[in-house]
Amino acid sequence: MAKVDIGKKILNANETYALRNRELLARHKRPCFNIISSPGSGKTTILVRTISDLADRVRIGVIEGDIQTDIDAERIRATRAPAVQINTEGACHLSAAQVNHALEKLPLERLDIVFIENVGNLVCPSAFELGEDGKVVVLSVAEGDDKPVKYPAIFAKSQVLLVNKIDLLAGGAQVDFDLDRVRADARRLNKGIEIFPVSAKTGEGMQNWYDWLAGQVR
Amino acid sequence: MHETAVAQSLIEVISQEAEKRCARPIRAKISCGQLNMVNDEVLSFAFEAVAQGTRCEGMGLEIEHKGLQAECWVCNHTFAVDLADVRCPNCGTENFRLLPDAPLLLEEIEFEEGADDGEG
Repeated sequence: MAKVDIGKKILNANETYALRNRELLARHKRPCFNIISSPGSGKTTILVRTISDLADRVRIGVIEGDIQTDIDAERIRATRAPAVQINTEGACHLSAAQVNHALEKLPLERLDIVFIENVGNLVCPSAFELGEDGKVVVLSVAEGDDKPVKYPAIFAKSQVLLVNKIDLLAGGAQVDFDLDRVRADARRLNKGIEIFPVSAKTGEGMQNWYDWLAGQVR
Repeated sequence: MHETAVAQSLIEVISQEAEKRCARPIRAKISCGQLNMVNDEVLSFAFEAVAQGTRCEGMGLEIEHKGLQAECWVCNHTFAVDLADVRCPNCGTENFRLLPDAPLLLEEIEFEEGADDGEG
């Protein structure tokens, strides 16, 4: 015996759990979105505002991924939505197995949508399927308009792009950011991507995101 | 950084195959697509480090990168995508769809010949 053809997926173990998560969510008819961005783009602020604004229409549960602390889960719980915190203790992404344990702790039967807020990182989380229905990438304008070109994988794989902190563009003085460039670069990689410019702080543009989200509820 | 997680999974899969065959693995070849964001140097380093003390210790690792492919909506041409200049080389439009990226795949393992008490 010398060379042997194997042809096995290396991330098989992760994908087995991702499939299990997908089946569990499908059984409860709960759409699930994996939110991915750099640290500080406003993922949690977007979630907090979304939960509060949709409180009487859509019941949201959140799985929070962070290297340390349960600060984000506490912010979610302050809205009275259920949140489960995962601490990856150094790992730069969530794995499907971690999400599987967290899903068991969420009251799925009392929810309409599940969000997974991944560890702040624009690269690694894009390589690990968690069993979600789609990925939502958040890019805040302060990060710069070259990110779709520099980090193509996540923009190619996401269903939605939220361009956050657009309030910083008002008056034109604070941040140089070409929204048309981001649109063109993201669509070149991903024809079907929905792009919503928003400010989770002022609420500007959030209604388009809510309308899209309401269309996902089963 | 996620190369460490990839290296761990890779070592698990290779160890299973080695156990099945009662043979010592000496080299593996893997392939990956462009959107897996795997860096050769980082993965090789992580593999070497994580393999210590396992049956994969000292193994060679060959990494093959498979480029992204796209299919043109206009002329149906299938082509290799250059992310720096994404247009169809045949008709020049930007109207195409990306084909699914190649997964991270363990392609082949080379085992030590005549070692252990395997059947092969």
